[in-house]
Amino acid sequence: MDVAAAKALGAGIAVIALAGVGIGIGNIFSALVSSVARNPSARDQVFGIGILGFALTEAVALFALLIAFLILFT
Amino acid sequence: MAAGEPTIDALGQFKLHTVLGPIGRSVNFTQSNLLMVVSGAIILGLLYFGARPRAVVPGRLQAAAELMYDFIARLVSDQIGDEGRRFFPFVFTLFFFILFGNLLGLLPYTFTFTSHIAVTAALAILVIVLVTVVALRIHGLHFFSYFFPKGAPVLLSPIIVPVEIISYLSRPVSLSIRLFANMVAGHVMFEVFASFMVMMAGAGAIGYLGAVGPLALNVVLMGFELLVACLQAYVFAVLTCIYLHDAVHLH
Repeated sequence: MDVAAAKALGAGIAVIALAGVGIGIGNIFSALVSSVARNPSARDQVFGIGILGFALTEAVALFALLIAFLILFT
Repeated sequence: MAAGEPTIDALGQFKLHTVLGPIGRSVNFTQSNLLMVVSGAIILGLLYFGARPRAVVPGRLQAAAELMYDFIARLVSDQIGDEGRRFFPFVFTLFFFILFGNLLGLLPYTFTFTSHIAVTAALAILVIVLVTVVALRIHGLHFFSYFFPKGAPVLLSPIIVPVEIISYLSRPVSLSIRLFANMVAGHVMFEVFASFMVMMAGAGAIGYLGAVGPLALNVVLMGFELLVACLQAYVFAVLTCIYLHDAVHLH
C-alpha cells in the first residue's frame, strides 16, 4: 500500500468518531425539545445549557476532524 | 494522484508572516499580532464611544455597549454568584477578545489569531493559573480537599484523587484545543470547498455549472462559522466562569 492510499484510509478511519458525536448531539437536542415541550416557560434557561452541551460535544467531532486534516494535509 | 494536478493546500492559510514593512520585520510583528491589536482597538472604541453619550434613552452604539456589558454581567452573576462581580473585567476581556478574534478572522484577507494553538493555549493557561491562585487565596491549603469530593468512601481515594487531579490538569488542554480546533476546522473547510470550486472550473463549461455546488456550500458554511465564532467565545467564557465558580465555592 502506498503512503497516499494509507493516508486516505487513515483519515477515513479517524472520522468514525463522528458517529458517536452524532448520537450525542441527537441526544442533547431530543432532551432539549422534550424539556421545552414539557415546560415551555423554562425555554430560556434550558436553551443556554443545551447550546453549551452542543458546543462541548461538537468539540469532540472537531478533534477527530482535526486529526483527519492533519493526516491528509501534512 | 497525477502530477501537475492542483492539490489542496489547506494549512497554508495559517502561516505567519510579518507586516508593516521593515519595522514589523525587526520586531517580528506578524499579521496575528496586528489582528490582536485591531480587535483590542475595536473593543476599546466600541466601549469608549458607546459609553460617552450617557443618554437615558441609548442610541445605537450605547445600546450595543450596554448589551455587551449586560450580557457578561448576567453570565458572571448566574454562573459564579455574587462573588463573581470581581471577575467581571477578566471574563469580559476574555470573551470579547476571543469573539472579535473569531469574527475578524472570517473577513476576507484577514487572519484568525485564535486558530493558533499558541494563542489559545496562552489564554487557557492564564485562566487555569488565575483559577488556582484564586482558590488558594480564598481557601488556603483547604483547596486540596477539592481533589477528594465530600462523602466519597476513603477506601476509593487512591483512585479518585489521581482522576480528579488529571481532570483538573486537563482543563486547559481541552479549553485551548476546543477553540483552536473549531477555528482551524472551519477555515480548512472553507479552503477545501474553495479548492473544489477552482478544480471544477478547470474542467470547462460543465465544471462552471458544477462549481455552483461548493460555492453554495461555502455560503452556508459562512453562516455556520458566524454561529461557531460566537458560540466558541461564549463556551470559553462560560467554562472560565464554571472553573471560577469551583475555585470560589469548592464543589
